[in-house]
Amino acid sequence: MEVTDANAAMLSNYEVYQLLTDLKQQRKDSGKNKHSAGQQNLNTIMYETLKYLSKTPCSRQNPETVKNFLTTMVPHKLTKAEKLQLLNHRPETAVEIQLMVEESEERLSEEQIEELIQKVTDVLPGDPEQEGSAPSNEAEMDEGIDQ
Amino acid sequence: MFVAVEMVDTVRIPPWNFQRQFNDAIAEELNKKLANKVVYQVGLCICLYDITKLEDSYIFPGDGASHTKVHFRYVVFHPFLDEILVGKIKYCSQEGLSDRHFSLLYFQYDEAEQVWVWEYETDEGAHDLYMDQGEDIRFRVTDEVFLDTSPTGPSAAATDTPGAPGAEEGGQKKEAPYTLLGTISEPGLGLLSWWNS
Repeated sequence: MEVTDANAAMLSNYEVYQLLTDLKQQRKDSGKNKHSAGQQNLNTIMYETLKYLSKTPCSRQNPETVKNFLTTMVPHKLTKAEKLQLLNHRPETAVEIQLMVEESEERLSEEQIEELIQKVTDVLPGDPEQEGSAPSNEAEMDEGIDQ
Repeated sequence: MFVAVEMVDTVRIPPWNFQRQFNDAIAEELNKKLANKVVYQVGLCICLYDITKLEDSYIFPGDGASHTKVHFRYVVFHPFLDEILVGKIKYCSQEGLSDRHFSLLYFQYDEAEQVWVWEYETDEGAHDLYMDQGEDIRFRVTDEVFLDTSPTGPSAAATDTPGAPGAEEGGQKKEAPYTLLGTISEPGLGLLSWWNS
């Protein structure tokens, strides 16, 4: 076996999550008879990875949000690795931004950091449990009254 | 965190799988070979991403199976240097913490409670923030170590007496083929609960 390129492309958590859920669906559909002894490793790694990824922000993303995110990030001039980390982690505080963006104190002013946080939290879907406080409850109540 | 790695390999399809869709049979063989395995200097292989090129298949004398050279891309877990990762603390020891993602971290160790403590000094005085098992932590990757765990020949165990080779194998330590070293000594790193209030 030969490795031609150890770094052909960086993959976002969302892409891997999508790939694994599709693969899982395919394997479920095609039936369990063919998949026995040799597939145990694949099952293990798929289960563990999906378990981890489903608790990260990538489980709530879809291709449009990723595309929107990348277009909104264009004016900030961030490197590929920085944009990837922002996409995978969805930081909500300035401290997290400083960790992921190198030399953020020199490259971004405080307002720019705030703007970045705002854009990230707007474009990328958040955890519904965490944000399930007053605003969404009010919306549900209004709908109930209208009906 | 994840990378697509381009690889080339010769895949053997045994005759009893000839009735299957060729691409599916190739995909299954590749996953059987690589999934959940660490490739030296590359990372932990997760699953097949796609097949880029299939060359001609050959059948060799004496073996009824077909052999095909396949160019493909595989999803590999390989965080880059300085990447921020979030993991869960599995156990603590004197050398460091260990978490789900094969990493060992270095920090202050509290003998009495057998847990790691961050002695945090503020204007009011020092706060001791504990790192308990099962907690989520954020860390930055500082280094990675690949160990070649291929079996070594009998010459490596030359100091054994001929009568006790079994005991020697039993005492061998299981070494991780891929280790990540990380740091949490930066603002924003460490237990998530320290920074989320």
